[in-house]
Amino acid sequence: MAYRAHCLICTGTGCVAGGSFNLRKTLEAEIAKRGLDREIQVITTGCQGFCAEGPIMIVQPDGVFYCRVEERDVPAIVEEHLLKGRPVKKLLYTPPTEKAPIPALKDIPFFAKQKLIVLRNRGLIDPDRIEDYIAVDGYTALGKALTQMTPEGIVLEIKRSGLRGRGGGGFPAGIKWETCRHAGQVRGVAPVVICNADEGDPGAFMDRSIIESDPHSVVEGMIIAARGIGASEGFVYIRHEYPLARQRLQLALDHAREFGLLGKNILGAGMDFDIEIREGAGAFVCGESTALMASLEGKLGEPRAKYIHTVEHGYQDRPSNLNNVETYANVPLIILRGADWFASMGTGDVKENPWNGSSGTKVFSLVGKINNTGLIEVPMGISLREIIFDIGGGIPKGRKFKAVQTGGPSGGCLPEEKLDMAVDFDSLTEAGSMMGSGGMIVMDEQTCMVDVARYFIAFLTEESCGKCTPCREGLKTMLDVLTRIGDGKGRMEDLGLLEEMGAVMQDCCLCALGTSAPNPVLSTLQYFRHEYEAHIRDKKCPGGVCKELITYGIDPAKCDGCHACVRACSTAAIMGEVKKVHTLDVHKCIKCGACIEVCRRDAITRT
Amino acid sequence: MPRITIEDLKKIKEEARQKMTLRSGDARARVVVHMSTCGIAAGAREVLDAFLRDAEARHLTDLLVTTSSCAGLCSREPMATVEIAGQAPVKYVDLDPAKAGRIVAEHILGGAVVREFALAAGSETAS
Ligand SMILES: Cc1cc2nc3c(=O)[nH]c(=O)nc-3n(C[C@H](O)[C@H](O)[C@H](O)COP(=O)(O)O)c2cc1C
Ligand code: FES
Repeated sequence: MAYRAHCLICTGTGCVAGGSFNLRKTLEAEIAKRGLDREIQVITTGCQGFCAEGPIMIVQPDGVFYCRVEERDVPAIVEEHLLKGRPVKKLLYTPPTEKAPIPALKDIPFFAKQKLIVLRNRGLIDPDRIEDYIAVDGYTALGKALTQMTPEGIVLEIKRSGLRGRGGGGFPAGIKWETCRHAGQVRGVAPVVICNADEGDPGAFMDRSIIESDPHSVVEGMIIAARGIGASEGFVYIRHEYPLARQRLQLALDHAREFGLLGKNILGAGMDFDIEIREGAGAFVCGESTALMASLEGKLGEPRAKYIHTVEHGYQDRPSNLNNVETYANVPLIILRGADWFASMGTGDVKENPWNGSSGTKVFSLVGKINNTGLIEVPMGISLREIIFDIGGGIPKGRKFKAVQTGGPSGGCLPEEKLDMAVDFDSLTEAGSMMGSGGMIVMDEQTCMVDVARYFIAFLTEESCGKCTPCREGLKTMLDVLTRIGDGKGRMEDLGLLEEMGAVMQDCCLCALGTSAPNPVLSTLQYFRHEYEAHIRDKKCPGGVCKELITYGIDPAKCDGCHACVRACSTAAIMGEVKKVHTLDVHKCIKCGACIEVCRRDAITRT
Repeated sequence: MPRITIEDLKKIKEEARQKMTLRSGDARARVVVHMSTCGIAAGAREVLDAFLRDAEARHLTDLLVTTSSCAGLCSREPMATVEIAGQAPVKYVDLDPAKAGRIVAEHILGGAVVREFALAAGSETAS
């Protein structure tokens, strides 16, 4: 019969001197004792060439290489390895060069500069198991809030922590809760608690990630908010495009309900509250508070004028507290560790007045021309440079940094001069951008800022609900003008027109989509005006992006005639023999960039 | 599960915490595959399957294969964290099913970190 494993004992001179014959006897005896003799065969071999580490023994088919094996190791080898399949670690050979420990996570800049509050459980717990969340202090804050704090006390704690809304505006959460609670009491109408998980910004995935990694932290935050505000009904408004997040959240809600953390008489403390998931269809404007509530009611997701606040008259005309996913996820730890702890992180002194600074951390999705694409959580007040160059690892391919876009589609683009700026709500706004919900898109020197502005304005033109004229027509006009400039048909007066249009929209639009929409144009005009001027005056695109303004060519000094571009070109615009410098016919070239993709020598030029 | 009180919460916490820390006699090693939208798109599900298949094929009853969420470094997905009782956890990046097999053979069984695709040791510290 066939053996399931073989032990090869070296009986070269070196190993014999080390005792391999005795080793063999002991091993065979032990194998027989365990009744494995019909399964495992002991074989002796010639010199393995590794006498220095002998006696050597190799176990096949596992290919495990033991060295310095002694008779007293035999029982462990048989018991652990031959019986249970686990090689005996202390006998394994470690090559000397491999001895250096692998780096520690805390020494890797990507992780070192992050500070985890919201994402504290990422990668640690199984998001589908409520027990895992409870094991890491989950729902302890809720217990504290229900038994040791009054509802007013909860609201005050959040207010004193300085927690500001993470979904865009940065409005202090405690003040919103207080107003909502007050409105409920004055009007005698039960408030509702709503979580904004619409996350419409292209390229942003903070909220999705928070729900996917730790759904219970959002649920717990919402229950605590409901306690503070006096609500018994809650909703999570989440986009249809987030199936995994929705599924994990639904499971979390089901488990919480099963455990009595939702429903009637929560934790036996006499509080009633439940949460329902409502799906949105993925319109950007539905993230806006009034449009979101209209959509929740089953109406068209259109915003309305906000002179009547939704905290007082929102969903079904009830006082409605809307906060972002990340805002709620911060709440349990603030309750557990106290406002002072939270306020001690970040910028400004927020304890008396939450508007005085930005406390805590912020989650960003770091994307674009950056080495470490990813989801990061950093303390407020960190510099853009630390985020992009330390955590993000800088720009790929040794290219130069040009700009970073923050705040989502209606945020702004900040240039190199602003890299040392502190990242917090007020500094970003002051610089002509905004915090938004935390998208951060890094751009390198091969980016055209006119094209970037055009991209975001095109997105916003699509997403504008069309209800108010300045937004609908203003965006359309801006898009026309930007397209014209990109086509090389711009006029110098266009820049003034863009600025004027931007100012009108900031003043007159109905909702914040419209009032913030000019940001991408105004910020690029502020910091990259020379690029606009190059397009208009010199008919050049400095980033080499706008097709009408660039010509492809081949640098004869770099081309080695490898023919890769000839094969890639779909219009046969490149000619030349193998190993001879190629030429490009600009009349046939459609500027698709396929040649650039394949050229290994960077020989294709765009001027 | 009946509806719980605050006292029950503490009990559940103690029990669950015990299960989460690796003790000898209990599970000896744990593999956490990071499964979020980003990870799954990069192939984390296939990696998870490979770990499970390997654990079963080798009868590794003391190896716990579980899932968790995104570890943040989306550009290096699929990722997994390997914890062996008494040792610092090791994060692996850019995985595929074949690499998962090597991790089981070399690290979990053999005790030697597979340096080629190990990113680092240790866990992220929450503040
Ligand atoms: C056009 C537009 C889109 C928005 N999209 C979102 C979104 O996707 N997620 C979000 O949390 N807030 C979004 N907001 C901000 C919300 O209106 C609201 O301020 C926020 O959800 C309040 O929560 P917070 O105070 O916790 O940030 C958007 C605002 C506007 C004007
Ligand atoms: S969609 Fe709100 S102002 Fe246009």
